[in-house]
Amino acid sequence: MVAERQVLRFLLNDGHVSLTECAPTLTLLDFLRLQRRLTGTKEGCAEGDCGACTVLVGRLAETGLIYESVNACIRFVGSLDGCHVVTVEALARDGALHPVQAALVEHHGSQCGFCTPGFVMSLYALWMRKPAANVAQIEKALQGNLCRCTGYAPIVRAAQAIAGADPSGDVLVAERARVAAALAAMRDGARVRLGDGAGMLILPADVEDLVALRDVHPDATLVAGATDVGLWVTKFLRPIGPVIFVGHLDELRRIEDAADGVTLGAGVSYSAAYGVIARRYPQVTELWDRIGGEQVRNMGTIGGNIANGSPIGDTPPALIALGARLRLRSAAGARELALEDFFVAYGRQDRGPTEFVEEVFVPALPPNAALAAYKITKRLDEDITAVCAAFRMVRAGDRVADIRIAYGGMAGTPKRAAAAEAALRGAVWSAEAARAAMAALGQDFAPVSDWRASAEYRMLVARNLIWRFWLEQGGGAGDVRLDRPLAAAI
Amino acid sequence: MNVVSPEAISAEVAEPANRGAGNAAVAHESGAKHVTGRAEYIDDMPEPAGLLHAALGLSERAHARIVAVDFAAVAAAPGVIGVLTAADIPGHNDVSPVGRHDDPVFAADVVEFHGQPMFAVIAETRDAARRAARLATVTYDDLPHAIDVTEALAAGYPMVTDPLKLERGDVGRGMAASAHRLEGRMRVGGQDHFYLEGQIALAIPGEDDDVTVFSSTQHPSEVQHMVAHVLGVASHAVTVNVRRMGGAFGGKETQSNLFAAVAALAAKKYGRAVKIRPDRDEDMTATGKRHDFVIDYAVGFDDHGRIEAVDGVFAARCGFSADLSGPVTDRALFHADNAYYYPNVRLVSKPVKTNTVSNTAFRGFGGPQGVIAAERIIEDIAYALGRDPLEIRRANFYGGPGRDVTPYHQTVEDNVISRIVDELEASAGYQARRAAIHGYNAANRVIRKGIALTPVKFGISFTATWYNQAGALVHVYTDGSVQLNHGGTEMGQGLHTKVAQIVADEFQIDLGRIRVTATSTGKVPNTSATAASSGTDLNGMAAADAAGQIKARLRAFGAEQWQTKPERVRFVANHVAVDDRLIPFAEFIRLAYQARVQLSAAGFYKTPKIHWDRASGKGRPFYYFAYGAAVAEVSVDTLTGEHQVDRVDILHDVGRSLNPGLDIGQIEGGFVQGMGWLTTEELWWDASGRLRTHAPSTYKIPLASDRPRVFNVALADWSANAEPTIKRSKAVGEPPLMLASSVLEALSMAAASVADYRIAPRMDTPATPERVLMTIERLRGLNDERLRAEAGA
Repeated sequence: MVAERQVLRFLLNDGHVSLTECAPTLTLLDFLRLQRRLTGTKEGCAEGDCGACTVLVGRLAETGLIYESVNACIRFVGSLDGCHVVTVEALARDGALHPVQAALVEHHGSQCGFCTPGFVMSLYALWMRKPAANVAQIEKALQGNLCRCTGYAPIVRAAQAIAGADPSGDVLVAERARVAAALAAMRDGARVRLGDGAGMLILPADVEDLVALRDVHPDATLVAGATDVGLWVTKFLRPIGPVIFVGHLDELRRIEDAADGVTLGAGVSYSAAYGVIARRYPQVTELWDRIGGEQVRNMGTIGGNIANGSPIGDTPPALIALGARLRLRSAAGARELALEDFFVAYGRQDRGPTEFVEEVFVPALPPNAALAAYKITKRLDEDITAVCAAFRMVRAGDRVADIRIAYGGMAGTPKRAAAAEAALRGAVWSAEAARAAMAALGQDFAPVSDWRASAEYRMLVARNLIWRFWLEQGGGAGDVRLDRPLAAAI
Repeated sequence: MNVVSPEAISAEVAEPANRGAGNAAVAHESGAKHVTGRAEYIDDMPEPAGLLHAALGLSERAHARIVAVDFAAVAAAPGVIGVLTAADIPGHNDVSPVGRHDDPVFAADVVEFHGQPMFAVIAETRDAARRAARLATVTYDDLPHAIDVTEALAAGYPMVTDPLKLERGDVGRGMAASAHRLEGRMRVGGQDHFYLEGQIALAIPGEDDDVTVFSSTQHPSEVQHMVAHVLGVASHAVTVNVRRMGGAFGGKETQSNLFAAVAALAAKKYGRAVKIRPDRDEDMTATGKRHDFVIDYAVGFDDHGRIEAVDGVFAARCGFSADLSGPVTDRALFHADNAYYYPNVRLVSKPVKTNTVSNTAFRGFGGPQGVIAAERIIEDIAYALGRDPLEIRRANFYGGPGRDVTPYHQTVEDNVISRIVDELEASAGYQARRAAIHGYNAANRVIRKGIALTPVKFGISFTATWYNQAGALVHVYTDGSVQLNHGGTEMGQGLHTKVAQIVADEFQIDLGRIRVTATSTGKVPNTSATAASSGTDLNGMAAADAAGQIKARLRAFGAEQWQTKPERVRFVANHVAVDDRLIPFAEFIRLAYQARVQLSAAGFYKTPKIHWDRASGKGRPFYYFAYGAAVAEVSVDTLTGEHQVDRVDILHDVGRSLNPGLDIGQIEGGFVQGMGWLTTEELWWDASGRLRTHAPSTYKIPLASDRPRVFNVALADWSANAEPTIKRSKAVGEPPLMLASSVLEALSMAAASVADYRIAPRMDTPATPERVLMTIERLRGLNDERLRAEAGA
């Protein structure tokens, strides 16, 4: 019998919070602003895109206490058990500005000031992790923060200016051991349950508990990072209860880096996966860097990105091209399937009512395999895919021995380009073969027009990305990609 | 009496304190509060007991008769107090800022755009109000709708306000006499303000007709008048306050009216404080934006690219009502010359009614759309003649007598564009880089680069001449501290900082002794919108006037007290010097108070020289012009249309800068905002008239990683305003936005490279990756035709 606790406990700045009542849909932002009157954290969009609500959430990871920036507007309070929430109010001590804050003032980094607390928190998170960040790293840390006044130049200057500032006066640095101990003391291994009926929220004790709970609550919404479900609540005002939160489950955050491939638990965030992705599939890191903003990458999970079945999720095309396999779990047991087979049709996945995505296995790259992932968007960073394409090719001599091509944004699901693959498979890798594949793409897809792109553009770009792949894999001369400085792994 | 020794004074004077702080790059007065989260915006204020919340019910049709609305489910929803409709309005159901009565608070019989407010739900919490507002059942009788200018003109839609015509010379003769003529059409996209703090109002009912409204507005006086108009009460019953806005950019000049009116209506009806804060999606759906334009132009020019005649028609999507579309489309015409002399010119505006949200003020106020048309014309000429567009620009800049009259018959007297462009061309290494880019493009097939140098000349003053006035209120307290209030509003631009610097300079006291208080209609009445870049010009002068009055009284007092001449009483370094005595400022003030000197003054300013006769299209609408220029270099991926801005160099004229830190901030921020307008920010309506880009997930303003990789911004430090403005400074809010036209033209050049620069690229905006790629595809097609034709011939 799993022990059950009917109180939610977490730290907020320098105090303890215990809640015996908490709606599963209560966002951290509303909790801070309406219940605690901590109004430094702002609401700019309520959908995790502008970053005005950025706060830090600290938690005990395998590596110890880590703090990550998150969007409070779509983070549910129910998911915070055992965490340390840090808001902008905590930074200045005894009237003295934190170095991050002082630099922003000195460099005229605020104008209207409304986005500023969010920038402070994003830069603070970066500074803790990387005290002397370079410009590319700063830009990456700020992908999830919109400023409409400054044009960002003074903010980046401020961020550069704090490189190497003395961390000894910093509150989280100074209190690190005490906070870690307090969080460790909260970990009692119990299931947390508050409320009942549609107002119930549950944090399972472990995966076995999740399997059991899922079996008796097939109607419950499973919430990991909430980067999508958050919007169901804030934008669509959709009832989602009862809710089973899974983001805290260490077993689902497991990353297994083995010779034959990488196993990613469904709860692994994009940020947590970054290191292994960069190591094993380095050609995908640029795509990885362009998933949402930093806050979304810290919250959002690979399992969630797959499970919600979106045709424009960022990871499925690359994972499909890599030959990823999915493991689904329920009380009836576990089953595996190829990732592309999971996506049945728009809005429909091959998943039973009590099944959940447990992990995804990504095979190692075959020797000499070429891999590429391209994401086309209206704005370079923090934008939703118009067209996403991924290629994995193995050559035998001058011929294409094996080719896997997957697209997002071209159909109702992430989908392989069977005709284009067929045009290439066995062919001599050449401009002619690439052109044949481009032509064949018309048999694979009939994309739609919407606010992200017209059907015409989608098809044209989808074809041109095959050409780009050809140019990058031997066919090109001169520059074939925009010269974009990449942020080194951080 | 406590008279300090001269030695102590010298020490004090030597202190690098903020004393006076004129022309210094002092930090924003709220900077420390911004970074700590202690700067208070309206939603952060402690909530009054019993506060209620309002949420709007929005139309789901672009054009329809409202047959019936059933509120039964709304009324039954948890926490609901009531519903407000047009029937609840005791005064006028109208918030038209121009008195046309075409802007209802709540649509009563007909809805004219998808997203138009029809009612408001009042509830105990914001969440309850939002949920209940979605429960109304509306029965519509659909009517035909027209979403854009082309559809509307085809359907015979009317103008929302009177068009303007500017004419000088003889366009017909000029065209006929030109060696070359060409015509074109340009589509220029609109833009959402995307202020980070959305619209918000909090109304607190008072006794009798009184109501106090906290409104995030650039125009407290108009909010006051509109609330009074809607409530049917005198303006004296309404007090409007705003400490700061979380951004505005023109989006809170008139668009705040409706929210303030709804909060005030509900507050008076229920006798409780009421707050309304729409969700971002509702804000973007229900409030106006920058006008998108369809511009038809014809230009005649000679072999050197010198323009003989320009004929332009500027049709703007205005939305369902006039709002500020009249003056916005007027300003488009006022800037359709940008920095160029047109010997013969005819410019006509078409403010077209459409079934979309009523478009409104946005930084530049129509001017950017005019400027972008002027630059398109220059670009077309350059490609037609196979020349560098910069040569064509130079050939057409306003010059001396004979080439210095605008299409509205104002003489350009303060022209510095040639010097700015010459200096920037050199400092940015334009010529060498342009040559290098030609080489790069010849060597690279996929990635192409472009570079462009574009100028801006922007007219400063409200074209509604009566708006060019301002008031200020300065109190000196007996401890020597100063409270400053003026009619301008703080939206991030640093207006309060600059005006405080001006007053500190007047009294020669530390900036820390001056506190700027929230803008309030109760302190300074009948103010103008903080808009048209005029905030500092107007309010700074008014504050200087108020300080000057107090100083005159203090001088008279000093002269009498110490038996000397008033001019021998001087304000120095936190002290007052009377002959050879140095008296600490606070001490001097205490003595003046005891001598019964009035230590408070109301200041006033009105801009001289300006006049404008719209009927004849003649006058001097602008007191002066601000100038600037930018060089942008970009890279384009010709397979995808993706692009990035590699480098930008700017030289901008702010006259004698009041605060270089703030001014450079306006330039950098304005440029990036303009870049967003011209590249990634796309408004997209579906066929039913529903705006589908209504949140940051779908509407993409620039990010940190979009800013130019190299971004060199300099002030023309030799410049001083030719007119006696406050300390010879110039307005800076709007002009830099238009410097971003350099990015568009650089993208165009990169695209044109695929056709060997032989075909005018004619890139419409926003130049999204899609539009860039489609332009490239079109140019490739045209180039193939050209080559085939040449081969055939």
